[in-house]
Amino acid sequence: MPYPEALKDLMKKVEETRPARVERKQADKEFPMMSLEEREDILKFHPDYIDEGRREIKIGPNKGYKIAHEVVDMLEAKSRVEPAKVDLTKADYETDVLVIGGGGAGTSAALLAQEQGAKVIIATKLRHGDANTMMAEGGIQAATKNWKDSPYYHYLDVVGGGHFKNKPELVETLVSEAPDVIKWLVELGCNFSRFDDGTLKTLHGGGTSRKRMHFAADITGAEMMRTVRDEARNRCEDIKVLEFSPAVELILNDKGECAGALMYNMDTEEYFIIKAKAVVMATGGSGRLHVQNFMTTNHYGATGDGLVMGYRAGVGLCFLHTIQYHPTGVIFPEQAEGILITEKFRGSGANLVNIKGEQFVNEREPRDIEASAIIRECVDRGLGVPTPTGKFGVWLDSPMIDHLSGEGTVEKEFPGKFILYKRFDIDISKEPMLIYPTLHYQNGGLEFKKDGSTAVKGFFIAGEVGGGTHGENRLMGNSLLDIMVFGRIAGKNAGEFAKDRSDLGQLSLEHVDKYHKEMAEAGIETDRVAPMLLPDYTPVEIKERELTSHYVGTIR
Amino acid sequence: MSTTESTPAKIKAKLVPIYIMGKRYEVPESLTIMKAMEHAGYKFIRGCGCRGGICGACGTVYRLPGDYHIRVGLACQTVVQENMYLTQIPFFPANRAVYEMEEVAPEVSYVQKNYPELFRCVACNACTKVCPMDVPVLDYISAIKQGDFKKATELSFDCIQCGLCATRCMGEMAQYHIAQMVRRIYGMKMAPYPEHCKEMVEGIKGGKYDGFLAELKSASVDELKKLYTEREQESHMADEKWEPQEKQYL
Repeated sequence: MPYPEALKDLMKKVEETRPARVERKQADKEFPMMSLEEREDILKFHPDYIDEGRREIKIGPNKGYKIAHEVVDMLEAKSRVEPAKVDLTKADYETDVLVIGGGGAGTSAALLAQEQGAKVIIATKLRHGDANTMMAEGGIQAATKNWKDSPYYHYLDVVGGGHFKNKPELVETLVSEAPDVIKWLVELGCNFSRFDDGTLKTLHGGGTSRKRMHFAADITGAEMMRTVRDEARNRCEDIKVLEFSPAVELILNDKGECAGALMYNMDTEEYFIIKAKAVVMATGGSGRLHVQNFMTTNHYGATGDGLVMGYRAGVGLCFLHTIQYHPTGVIFPEQAEGILITEKFRGSGANLVNIKGEQFVNEREPRDIEASAIIRECVDRGLGVPTPTGKFGVWLDSPMIDHLSGEGTVEKEFPGKFILYKRFDIDISKEPMLIYPTLHYQNGGLEFKKDGSTAVKGFFIAGEVGGGTHGENRLMGNSLLDIMVFGRIAGKNAGEFAKDRSDLGQLSLEHVDKYHKEMAEAGIETDRVAPMLLPDYTPVEIKERELTSHYVGTIR
Repeated sequence: MSTTESTPAKIKAKLVPIYIMGKRYEVPESLTIMKAMEHAGYKFIRGCGCRGGICGACGTVYRLPGDYHIRVGLACQTVVQENMYLTQIPFFPANRAVYEMEEVAPEVSYVQKNYPELFRCVACNACTKVCPMDVPVLDYISAIKQGDFKKATELSFDCIQCGLCATRCMGEMAQYHIAQMVRRIYGMKMAPYPEHCKEMVEGIKGGKYDGFLAELKSASVDELKKLYTEREQESHMADEKWEPQEKQYL
């Protein structure tokens, strides 16, 4: 489906203003960055600031905390099982470390736990590697170039992007461990793009003061994921992987410490028990909850399961009141709607322009600012570009990149997106892309300390399921970094912890009973069940004809 | 602004018949195979992953009436066609060699030791034809056989490991596992090493930046805001050798 004539007409405006914009860029004259005051002002267009979109949680450690309805719905839901029916006297598996989630955070945690001598089980809802990690395109931040950068500047960029609310200890850990993560990955054989002398190529991202975004063409996350997964597979003697086997509840012991998890076999619908000396939660984010009905870039399995399990076990939440909308998701062609257009396009110089062909924001503002500016252009100023599907977007002027860096650059640096659009008969090195913000990242999550530990002994956190590192807004390239830094740390410390633990005590799901009771006392009457495990995209008319009397969760 | 993904029923488009594993359904003509199957009432456990064309979960084969060709696509990326007969291949058995990083050698013989079937390739090119990512599978296998691991890395880089090549291979290879091993060997042993990264790690471990970070951790929000606003920016057009004016925190 190429651009229809109406859009091709509108595109002429972009072409008219392009030479002047390219010239401006070459002369190093940037569109002015917003001041901190201007940033504050434009944020009122951001979905996080729309009050009707949220409500207070009625129960649990963060009772009274106001976050998105869709997330509260998951927290104010019943367990998938009746705890009394679960026989906890027999474990189906016993292990030192159980890692819940098979993405980048979980897999790096498994590798480091194994290096401490632990036997590890990775249990994952879909296939090993089915995760947002695989989909991250743009890059991973790390201050690896000491002639122009250091963890000091990385720290400043991180907290500036996060509205100065980030937890300092976590930021310090993130930026100090970053170069070591790159080194580790390189030595595992991860092919980051580099010059002939070995110097790693780096670019800018939104909110960075130095070019420190390392990348592997435009499939950085996939290259990282398949590298660590391949290594985990080499260690299959010690790292066992259970696919299509999500956790649905944590199992505690009589002292309230973590002692394993209740698992579910997606194929056979059986529940089973894994007893573990330490558990690492690495379930990722929650884009598939479609907060405020936004489209999402997230993986099919990103349904916030870990939040639910951790919260029921008594771990608090933080920063969940902010959600990241990636500024540039495909809004047309419709088949590709919601798909991420990496920030690297903007890092490489592509402007955002409105229906008049005018640039309206510097393309390197932090993500929440950039997204707000796009929403304002479409919703408030009426300068959005109408799509054939009745929506609005703005142009991302990708052809500029070929003008700036030489013909063929777009095709070479963005092969994935080039092919995607080629299928729709659109050549993004010649025609701009139509984009709109898309639900991308869970800025907040479960509370954890810099060593990966939590309020529940034996229970560790890694990656997007945790909150605090990014404050109220994450910068590009810091999530691939986050999962590797805190994945490794959680894995290492879980491995160490498991070593020193012998008696697991008596296994219990009492916390789930307590949670159910608390729900009843708060007057929450619902047939909602969580974790959701998978979103449901069945059309309404078909649902109406599905007459089986009781459906639960994944199995409708 | 909302999503079509959560509201697929609202699409008003011409309906076309498709055959999902032989069974006829009518679906809007503009949908991808994945969304069409959901529109028809399927709920995926297998055969659906990232929904963005990179995870390799939804490899799909199909035929069109009166046409002998086997056609392929990713269900999340391929738009339905009238009267297509389709099935997904979400899993195909494939043996993977287990190898130790320490003993890896950048040589064909090492790959051959782990995957003797490499030399069973008869160059039939069925693998390349079946690749939904247009990866030149036969070409990278040939490059591996010739010991050109750099070329093999480049040629196989867009592989999403969906496994469709393995379903069609006359030599019964799992090409994508071989490519994965070769890419890692290239990255580990053959690609030029980034010394600057090692240097930075040593600096950090030596405590060079501890004081600077302690300063930031204890700074007030106002102080941080000032430092943030005034921090020197590397310009977009700056080249690799650019150096900032302020060097005391480097």
